[in-house]
Amino acid sequence: MQAYLTLTRRELATFFLSISGYVIIAGLALLVGLDFVTLLNMVGTDPLSMPITQYFFNNLLLWIIIVLTAPVITMRTFALEKASGTFETLTTTPVGDGQIVAAKFTAAVIFFIVMWLPTVGYMFVVQHFANQPGALDTGTLCSMYLGLFLAGCFILSIGCFASALTKNQVVAGMITLVAGIALLMLNWLAQSVAPNGQWQSQILTLFNLSQQMMDFTRGILDTRVVVFYVSATFFFLFLTLRVIESRRWK
Amino acid sequence: MTNDGLMIEVDNLTKRYAGHTAVSGISFTVNRGEIVGLLGPNGAGKSTTMRILSGYLPGTSGTVRVAGLDVFHDSTEVRRRIGYMPENNPLHLEMRVREYLKFRARLKGLGLKRSRERVDVVMQQCSLTDVSKRIIGQLSKGYRQRVGLADALVHEPDLIILDEPTIGLDPNQIRSVRKLIKSLAGAHTVLISTHILPEAEMTCNRMLIMFEGKILAADTPDNLQRLMSGNGQVVAEIAAPLEDLCNCWAQMAEVEHYDVSPADGEFFRCALTPSNGMDLRPHIFALVRERGWYLRELTRNRHSLEDIYVKITRRPEEEEGV
Repeated sequence: MQAYLTLTRRELATFFLSISGYVIIAGLALLVGLDFVTLLNMVGTDPLSMPITQYFFNNLLLWIIIVLTAPVITMRTFALEKASGTFETLTTTPVGDGQIVAAKFTAAVIFFIVMWLPTVGYMFVVQHFANQPGALDTGTLCSMYLGLFLAGCFILSIGCFASALTKNQVVAGMITLVAGIALLMLNWLAQSVAPNGQWQSQILTLFNLSQQMMDFTRGILDTRVVVFYVSATFFFLFLTLRVIESRRWK
Repeated sequence: MTNDGLMIEVDNLTKRYAGHTAVSGISFTVNRGEIVGLLGPNGAGKSTTMRILSGYLPGTSGTVRVAGLDVFHDSTEVRRRIGYMPENNPLHLEMRVREYLKFRARLKGLGLKRSRERVDVVMQQCSLTDVSKRIIGQLSKGYRQRVGLADALVHEPDLIILDEPTIGLDPNQIRSVRKLIKSLAGAHTVLISTHILPEAEMTCNRMLIMFEGKILAADTPDNLQRLMSGNGQVVAEIAAPLEDLCNCWAQMAEVEHYDVSPADGEFFRCALTPSNGMDLRPHIFALVRERGWYLRELTRNRHSLEDIYVKITRRPEEEEGV
């Protein structure tokens, strides 16, 4: 436990004591800010036909942002340590591989949360100016952020896995980016594979990030989706652990 | 589960990477408190051996025990007892010295108070106190190397494994690192790898010479010299009549072979080979005193370790006529 906390702290420090973390946060703030302005314009002109949270997530830009930030956060987790050799000093301490993976993932998730915190403020700005009491509902808001958190964990776990595979940060980042975009594109793929909603399309939709997010933004907690995210996250973390352990039997 | 005598037991260890064998069937033991040098040219398998010892890599076959514990099966326990500094001494360059050492101490399971104490001690030991608040990336290589050493020492390990600890340092820094390593003898067992001979000669009690994945020789530096140089030729410059000199050497039973050549002045340079590897110098001195000759040089030609090293590690290539 001590090692886990120490490692998590150090991982967080690499984000917050270096410029890179702030660049990511600033970049995200800019992009989400743009998205927000669009949203405000919409809210200002049209009457709301759906919850604000849904407006917020119902556009591709936001998804591109999420998919873009994940690789930037996770690409260095293992790859950098492998490249610089500190992975060797890390794994020759009496710290278990599981703790290493858990600590790095935790730090990535905490950073992801911190990154999105400012958007909570946006919501209240909207509520204040929208003048519609039903525009923003606490439950919906919570479910949206839960969805964001779960989707984040999922993509970040893919990122950790990709980073564990290679010494090269660019390769790790690229794998994560491709995986993220592929997950987004499943939606269109589903329509082209089986336009009439056959089983193929249903399976593909099940894995589709934006589709699942739609439910969360409407305030619907679908247990299937929650179970999917949680188990997929653990699956990729497990794969990461196996990759890290593989040096012992490779 | 402490084993009093042996710190490291390596038995028939082999490590194969895809395509080539890095370490092939080596066996050696290291006693507690020894400083042992693993010597060999680049690519001899030193780093691989050390990585296996430190638990970073598994061996393909054979067993490795540290303090009586199997490196593979009791990996965590073994890692607790080892302070390992890999080749090129990787560090988190963005951290400050003190912060880094404390982070490492905590990772290695030291409590808060204990890690603070130990960090202070090792910083003192490695003369890092002045730079404790500096960022590691901004330090000179000598300092970084000492940070690596301090890291290896911070949890008071039984066994310290240092992979090329003096590589890339200037002579003064090398000297201070060597002094530090020497000061560890007794309390810790130290295994260092190097391809620089004088380093092993100066710091180690024992040397293992590795080449192409095998251990070719293992002994104390002195014994290695004696063993390899074998005859221990003595050179003496003596002022005496040439005929007398030659007669004396011919009669001296201990001298197997002699060669006398004129040096400047009245002196003759005699190269004497002993018959059984003994030291001829006392005999020569006694002789000179007895005869009342003048002696101005008396040296025993020791093959330097460098010769031995070159001799051992070059052999196969020479046989191929390279």
